[in-house]
Amino acid sequence: MTTGQRHPRVPLPYLAMDIFAQQLINGLVLGSIYALVALGYTMVYGILGLINFAHGDITMVGALVSLTILQALAAAGLPAPVLLVIAGGGAMIVCAALGLSIERVAYRPLRRAPRLAPLITAIGVSILLQYSAALIWGKQYIAMPKLLEPAAIEIAGAQLTTLQMTIFLLACAIMAALLWFIKVSRMGRAMRATEQNPDVAGLMGVNTNTVIAFTFVLGSAIGAIAGLMIILYYGIGHYFMGFMLGLKAFTAAVLGGIGNVGGAVLGGLLLGVIESLASGYIGDLSGGVLGSNYRDIFAFLVLVLVLVLRPSGLLGQHSGDRA
Amino acid sequence: MHKHPIRTAAVALTAALLVAACGQDAPPPAPKAEAPKAPEMLTVKIGSASPLTGPQAHIGIDIRNGVQLAIEDANAANVEIAGKKVKFEMVAEDDEANPTKATTVAQKLVDAKVAAVIGHFNSGASIPASKIYSDAGIPQISPSSTNPKYTEQGFKTTFRVVAHDGQQGPTLARFAAKTLQAKSVAIIDDSTAYGQGLADNFEATAKSLGIKVLAREHTTDKDTDFKAILTKIKGKKPDLIMFGGIDPQAAPMIKQMKDLGIKAKFIGGDGMQTPNFIKLAGDAAEGAMASIPGLPKDQMPGGKTFLEKYKAKFNQEVELFAPMGYDAVMVFIDAMKRAGSADPAKFLPEVGKTSYGGVIGPIAFDDKGDLKNGPITIYVVKGGKWEALETVKPEAAAGAAPAAAAAPAAAPAPAPEAAKK
Amino acid sequence: MNIAALFSDRRYRWFAWGAVALLLLALPFITEAVLGRSWVRIIAVSLLFVMLALGLNIVVGFAGLLDLGYIAFFAVGAYSYALLASPQFAVHWPFLLLLPLGAAIAAVFGILLGAPTLRLRGDYLAIVTLGFGEIIRVFLNNLNRPVNITNGPQGITLIDPLQMGGFSLAQTHSFAGLTFSPVHNYYFVFLVCAALTVALSLRLQNSRIGRAWVAIRDDELAASAMGINTRNVKLLAFAMGATFGGVAGGLFASFQGFISPESFQLIDSIMVLCMVVLGGMGNVAGVALGAVLLTALPEALRYIGPLQQRWFGGVLVDPADLRMLLFGLALVLMMLLRPEGLWPARRRQAVKRNTDAG
Repeated sequence: MTTGQRHPRVPLPYLAMDIFAQQLINGLVLGSIYALVALGYTMVYGILGLINFAHGDITMVGALVSLTILQALAAAGLPAPVLLVIAGGGAMIVCAALGLSIERVAYRPLRRAPRLAPLITAIGVSILLQYSAALIWGKQYIAMPKLLEPAAIEIAGAQLTTLQMTIFLLACAIMAALLWFIKVSRMGRAMRATEQNPDVAGLMGVNTNTVIAFTFVLGSAIGAIAGLMIILYYGIGHYFMGFMLGLKAFTAAVLGGIGNVGGAVLGGLLLGVIESLASGYIGDLSGGVLGSNYRDIFAFLVLVLVLVLRPSGLLGQHSGDRA
Repeated sequence: MHKHPIRTAAVALTAALLVAACGQDAPPPAPKAEAPKAPEMLTVKIGSASPLTGPQAHIGIDIRNGVQLAIEDANAANVEIAGKKVKFEMVAEDDEANPTKATTVAQKLVDAKVAAVIGHFNSGASIPASKIYSDAGIPQISPSSTNPKYTEQGFKTTFRVVAHDGQQGPTLARFAAKTLQAKSVAIIDDSTAYGQGLADNFEATAKSLGIKVLAREHTTDKDTDFKAILTKIKGKKPDLIMFGGIDPQAAPMIKQMKDLGIKAKFIGGDGMQTPNFIKLAGDAAEGAMASIPGLPKDQMPGGKTFLEKYKAKFNQEVELFAPMGYDAVMVFIDAMKRAGSADPAKFLPEVGKTSYGGVIGPIAFDDKGDLKNGPITIYVVKGGKWEALETVKPEAAAGAAPAAAAAPAAAPAPAPEAAKK
Repeated sequence: MNIAALFSDRRYRWFAWGAVALLLLALPFITEAVLGRSWVRIIAVSLLFVMLALGLNIVVGFAGLLDLGYIAFFAVGAYSYALLASPQFAVHWPFLLLLPLGAAIAAVFGILLGAPTLRLRGDYLAIVTLGFGEIIRVFLNNLNRPVNITNGPQGITLIDPLQMGGFSLAQTHSFAGLTFSPVHNYYFVFLVCAALTVALSLRLQNSRIGRAWVAIRDDELAASAMGINTRNVKLLAFAMGATFGGVAGGLFASFQGFISPESFQLIDSIMVLCMVVLGGMGNVAGVALGAVLLTALPEALRYIGPLQQRWFGGVLVDPADLRMLLFGLALVLMMLLRPEGLWPARRRQAVKRNTDAG
């Protein structure tokens, strides 16, 4: 045994409520970030049946762009909310443009190609984004200039900062807005139609190319917001940060039911909580054999379990062959 | 259609070879014989291996700068070996702080026929690379690797100019017990050879001094989110949190500690004792403590001069190990002078007999290649800068080892050879 | 008469192949004379990757199963060898026992990792295999407590080289006036193993099981309807691919003398996938070509650093970054312009690019 702690002789470790509450809060906030990124994955998959491997890296670009804007304007003396809006806006524009171009150049020509091709292209785009970012921003960790002094309140003995609350509420708000948009607007209907059957939708007068392009733009813009949130929350940006984030967000999307907007958010929150609680308690539960160093694979284990046991995810419709 | 694949392949291979050929700096005939080009002039290559890209690049580039400074100074001093004038050349390679790349880089340096190597930065890189240098008989001084295993492999070519974790870990633990009066500690490491080694050494001594280890957690050297681990630790309420790892992780860690309202003190090893740590952590860095082998730079015999020279040439502050890199080169040159030869086979034995007054202080090696009497200094972040708090004199560090030797016998298997002596 | 005809014409075939064999045997000496010893190392390693790529070719090229975690089998093979031939457990078994053992262990892992994926297709299969690759890597990195099995991030050092009796490949030998350094010795071992791998791949391709794989790749439902046991055939693909990877891993461990989890990351899986895809999925020769190109070219790119220094007085683009940028670009461009690869399998050429195949 490597730790000096004594394990209680009760079957379940004693749950300190304040620690549990804190882990829960940490998990929900982490999960909100996953949720925001998962939205991008789920929308694109719903419409194209394609896993956009590069989405995590688009989020990374959004994060680094907003970081650069914040660094550039830090001395300007503007109030924090204004800075954030400018940074967020700038990041959204860049990411939307990026998503649009990637769709146009790399994915559209391959729409009728065999399965393997767009997947490999996506991997290629992902690598391109990562190393272009390394070229532009370098490979060092970049720190965010001091901006906010988040106020914290105590809930059940745990600290909850205003920033954490903002991230969580933002995820929910964006989800709600998205659901409303898809339900009510014309473009939303066009998106649903394209998702169900692109060919027939085309016959019915829907410009599928526009719809698909719009989906990418929307997903990327939301990814940019997620990037900004990450920068604010962790204070650090890095060219490689999109990789793990993308994988976990994709897991979240699958967990909730890929193609389902509500599912993406639910899956994200759930995954965040699972990761947080598992990291926090796995050491005690396993008697020190497993520890927090196994954190990254919890997401993958969840992924495998979901795909083997319930491939359609929590909120998805059962659709036979997972092809 | 058949022609194309072969032609394309042929063209591609030719292109590759062309690029390789014209890119090679050393013309093929020369490296075969290390003989001097002309009777008066001897070119000696010194290799420098450290991470030049990646999150630890600021430390690796700093080391390379130190080596470069030394080579320029040596060239300016018109060194003569065995009656011939010597021109020194640096061959710098990037090992990306990656163990596998380190072995590739080591092979490259050996193939480039360097006479000696200053490297690597990370213990995780120095250890695997050392086998390659040892096989080739090329002496290697690490300016920074602190894992004890580095000099315990039985190679004759491994040296270092810093105290190692067998001394640093226990020193930190003793500081925690005596000066900080900590009764309990939570330990986190970054799962690298360096971080885990340091943490294990710390843990063994801490336990033997009666400090309770409340938690032992692990993260990776790529993580930025430590909230889950820190929350768990918060629940255990330790007096002190010790982190074995490097500043890209240490900085967000202390920020998140403050966010979570953890009141414990934070202490770590030389990997986080950098200006970069303060830059990344901002205000949260205040109060953090770290140890580093060596005297405070302004107390080093050649410290002040070196700092000024460095700043004048590179336009930035010394990050961490540049003085060690500088001295390592000088130690090699000193050995070459005494042996009257720049042939590794001839001056290698002289390296072990070094007694040299360097920038960092007196340098001599014990029979394993470790620095004799290496002091360790503990710093604290005050007012946004690192300030020296306490220097542990060599006798205390050496005297500690036997005490640490007793402890691991009781400690469980994973606590490694803290007691090498 | 063009070169390809030289190989197919029965009269000249033996001369052609003989010339190739002679060239391959002499290659390390020629390379050393022209480019230096580090390049001999590079061509030796490229032969290892030929083995790896051919193994992945079975899974991706023959059977059409996109495996993004293939490097895990390489890792398993390497660690099996390393754990049983190093100071880690103070066990030093002979390589003749260890290499087949490593292959067998890797095959078991292949089946274990393949089993949950049987019902999955395309993208999901890719992600799950990626996940497995990561899981293996994390375990290798962390299985040093409470019991030290893999020595964690520090890796396993001082691994035994291939040796028999007193003859060790890690020593320099002289023979017929030529110097055989360790790198040369290993080159020849890898050459033999790579040749065997090629031969095996070709046999598999033209066997019943090979055709079953192709059937599954093209239309699984139809294949199943024709009486092919898709489950077993898929598992066999994983197992065989893993075996090749396992042997290559063992050889890698003995060659390097040191392994750590750092060598077995996702990017390495993707690299091997690149070799298969860019070379020509399903075509043994194409894949081998892809492996050699993708191992040698990045090394050639390293010289761009000094070149930039000379031209621009500073390094604008780090060669390692440049290599990755070119990889990404190559992947995208290949899929857009020539998805069947540099040297496509003849069958593929018959399938037009725009049909909705698979």
